[in-house]
Amino acid sequence: MNNLIKGEKHDWEMVIGLEIHAQVKSNSKLFSSSSTKFGSSPNSQVSLVDAAMPGMLPVINKYCVEQAVKTGVGLNAKINNYSVFDRKNYFYADLPQGYQISQYKYPIVGEGKVTIDFKDGTSKDIRIVRLHLEQDAGKSLHDQNPSKTYVDLNRSGVALMEIVSEPDIRTPDEAGMYISKIRSILMYLDTCDGNMQEGSLRADVNISVRKPGDEYGTRCEIKNLNSIKFIKQAINYEAKRQIEILESGGSIEQNTMLFNTSTGKTRPMRNKEEAHDYRYFPDPDLLPLEISKEEIGKIKSSIPELPDELKNKFIETYKLSNYDASVLTAEKQTSDYFNETINSDSELKNHAKIVVNWITSELFSLLNKNNQDLNNSPVSPENLGQLIKLISTNEISGKIAKDVLEDMFSSGKTARQIVDEKGLQQVTDQGEIAKVIDEVIADNPKMVEQYLAGKAKLLGFFVGQAMKLTKGKANPKMLNDILKQKLNKKN
Amino acid sequence: MPKSSLKQTLKDLDTKKISIRELNQDYLKKIKEKENLNVFIHFSEENVLKQIDNIEKDNSAKKLKGIPIAIKDLFCTKSMPTTAASKILENFNPTYESFVTQKLLDEGSIFVGKTNLDEFAMGSATNTSFFGNTINPLSKENEPLAPGGSSGGSAAAVAADLCLGATGTDTGGSIRQPASFCGVVGIKPTYGLCSRWGIAAFASSLDQAGIFSHNVEDASILLQSIAGFDQRDSTSAKVDIPNYFENLDDDLNGKTVGIPKEYSVDGTPMEISQIWEDAIKVLEKKGVKIKNISLPHTKYALPTYYIIAPAEASSNLARYDGVKYGFRSDEINSLDEMYENTRAQGFGREVKRRILIGTYVLSAGYYDAYYLKAQKVRKLIADDFNKALKECDFIVTPTAPSAAFPLNEKQNDPIKMYLNDVFTVPASLAGLPGISIPFGKDKNNLPLGIQILGKHFDEQQVFNAALSLERSYE
Repeated sequence: MNNLIKGEKHDWEMVIGLEIHAQVKSNSKLFSSSSTKFGSSPNSQVSLVDAAMPGMLPVINKYCVEQAVKTGVGLNAKINNYSVFDRKNYFYADLPQGYQISQYKYPIVGEGKVTIDFKDGTSKDIRIVRLHLEQDAGKSLHDQNPSKTYVDLNRSGVALMEIVSEPDIRTPDEAGMYISKIRSILMYLDTCDGNMQEGSLRADVNISVRKPGDEYGTRCEIKNLNSIKFIKQAINYEAKRQIEILESGGSIEQNTMLFNTSTGKTRPMRNKEEAHDYRYFPDPDLLPLEISKEEIGKIKSSIPELPDELKNKFIETYKLSNYDASVLTAEKQTSDYFNETINSDSELKNHAKIVVNWITSELFSLLNKNNQDLNNSPVSPENLGQLIKLISTNEISGKIAKDVLEDMFSSGKTARQIVDEKGLQQVTDQGEIAKVIDEVIADNPKMVEQYLAGKAKLLGFFVGQAMKLTKGKANPKMLNDILKQKLNKKN
Repeated sequence: MPKSSLKQTLKDLDTKKISIRELNQDYLKKIKEKENLNVFIHFSEENVLKQIDNIEKDNSAKKLKGIPIAIKDLFCTKSMPTTAASKILENFNPTYESFVTQKLLDEGSIFVGKTNLDEFAMGSATNTSFFGNTINPLSKENEPLAPGGSSGGSAAAVAADLCLGATGTDTGGSIRQPASFCGVVGIKPTYGLCSRWGIAAFASSLDQAGIFSHNVEDASILLQSIAGFDQRDSTSAKVDIPNYFENLDDDLNGKTVGIPKEYSVDGTPMEISQIWEDAIKVLEKKGVKIKNISLPHTKYALPTYYIIAPAEASSNLARYDGVKYGFRSDEINSLDEMYENTRAQGFGREVKRRILIGTYVLSAGYYDAYYLKAQKVRKLIADDFNKALKECDFIVTPTAPSAAFPLNEKQNDPIKMYLNDVFTVPASLAGLPGISIPFGKDKNNLPLGIQILGKHFDEQQVFNAALSLERSYE
């Protein structure tokens, strides 16, 4: 198996499980009506409940519950009709209540699974243990003052879904693919905005190593990683650290670790003895959460197409390859963009592969270059559709289309506008093309001689010259045909 | 001096026999005369006068317009500080009004002050308050008595006639026991009848707001005013609130009263057994069928309560950490030290004791043996009541195992203190409504209380039985 890593003495296998914390997409918090808007000024989105004022009580936000159920369905998981909110008790300055309301014994969502696809066409199921709802804590700001810590409670009480996987993951790449897939599903469901930079999606990684076939080793948990890159780095570092310890005869201490993103190293935060006793117990301020089969059914029926379904649909409808289809469906914004583009003109359905290429290579590279996102692409799907139609109807050449796209990108004009303004329509007039070719032949007698003597490669030279004269607008096929015809006549 | 009555006062105000200003100035005078009782944590004459000014300008008809009411200092109030009788909230001024006090304000009542209590409502004698003991108004000179607790200030305020009614909260008996000690009426309604929103929490699954008053009729008027559904409290009940006062009916003919044998506790003073028997006899005379019932798990109620209540309290009180509001210790070198010193200096002995007990019973390895077991027993206790109340309309028991005791007695014996709640705690665990009314006296001429328990949300039956007993006793 190629999943193994070589130590000094043995081959080792990583055993990895992820706890993903996904912020529920909701305008208000899990137990209060405060806004969840990101980036607002500190403590501007704090209700009496969020600040844990005396006598304040939590009231469940039904929308967040629906979002969790929706997510559960998307993870092919069992939805529990009965779940309970518990208090997880610990002291920290940014935890105003002195406890976090979470779900412990009875989570809202039970076992499920997601599938990850490898490049070689194979795939693997990662099992989900559970998904539960919980509150986020606030934020301690240590860098505002040399001797003081400030607390920002804007995040306090924001709804999170904790998605716990079985330790089914074996490599850092699988971990990356798994979190990408979860992110993709959440974004399709619109239950999380998937923004890892803003912390809407972060993960704790549990990792141990073992010799293949052995029992699981002692694991360490790396806390709070907010990018796929860091997750992979942290896993690699931590696995290496554990292997070194084991191979030199030591044993792994069950620790909670922190990952330093600038050094790329993990370091222990606390060990098992220092672990908190959270004293979980059912929150007496809240009733158990009961969801009827009817409610679950209603939510299920509201669920949009998910990436796997969509991928199969694309393959079937547009005869796309598995690879093309998976690239298109990895992100909801991409498949949405594709759908809008291809539906903007009935002609385009017959040119699906061209549409895919123009989105995933030309448009993507422009977006990348300009540090922009498909969501706010200056080129709308309709406009891209129009451009592709101009290509498919031979009105402009593919080469010119690239320039047109760049122009569309920077000017915001439509393809049609640019083509008309600049007169970029292909020259398809036989006479006009023939005239240009005659000119080229007359100007290059030596080259003609050599061509006729057998240097067939020179055809490209004549095409280039003719294109230059037509400013690239000559229909390439016609140009080729007429050129060959005329040169052969000379023979 | 005729006994005060809210009902009569409302009539007198209506017929202009007395003005709102005269009424309240009379009460202000009494409050100032009785300052030695330490009934109030917060009292401001200026504030009361301001309220009088405002209510005089208000032309709308209101049910409790101008009625002086005392508020237990566990209810958050905008116009007055709220301390929960704790140093940790010594200078806390809420920006919000509790559900219950808002309802009273909406009805036009005047808040005369915030009454003393055991710190965070933990106690049975109002002697754990950071602001000192309250003295039972029935004390003889040089023999100060405890008013009971935790709502001792409110009970004393009514007993000393410093208001026409007072709010209280009852977690394990904190309304009924002080009502009994002070010789006034105190009702704890069904759990969920009054919203807990804005009441500093002690034990969320047990806390319930209620009323102290001079008589049963007044209690029925006031309870209706503070009851009702509140979407901000998930445990608040969506039930229709009847007009208890209009529906009062002291004719109990044909009803059945349950007499639980388990409430004959060894060591109960003769006088207590005597008033219980007297009450049963009175009811029998009124055509009430006497039914001996059994509540077999009663003896487990106290230990169950003293696991569940502290467990919830240990978590509920975690928010008092010195970070956001309230007291913060000056001696801070680290975050941990801030917590330790703030809470060590900010909480009193009894509160700390209960936080420790609660933390212990929720700890890993002890949870199943204590908290989980206690929850199971709680269910059995509730089942006992539900079964018994199928065979009777209400239950009658003594309220407390003794009359008011001297102020400093039991101070250093928490177990003895906890035994005060032996008759009140079971109904709290079951969430049932209960009222205590004065019924008889002990050999020192101190009042004793009879407790009437009813079915869930059947406060009307509880009031009716209480009214009947009250009238026979008067």
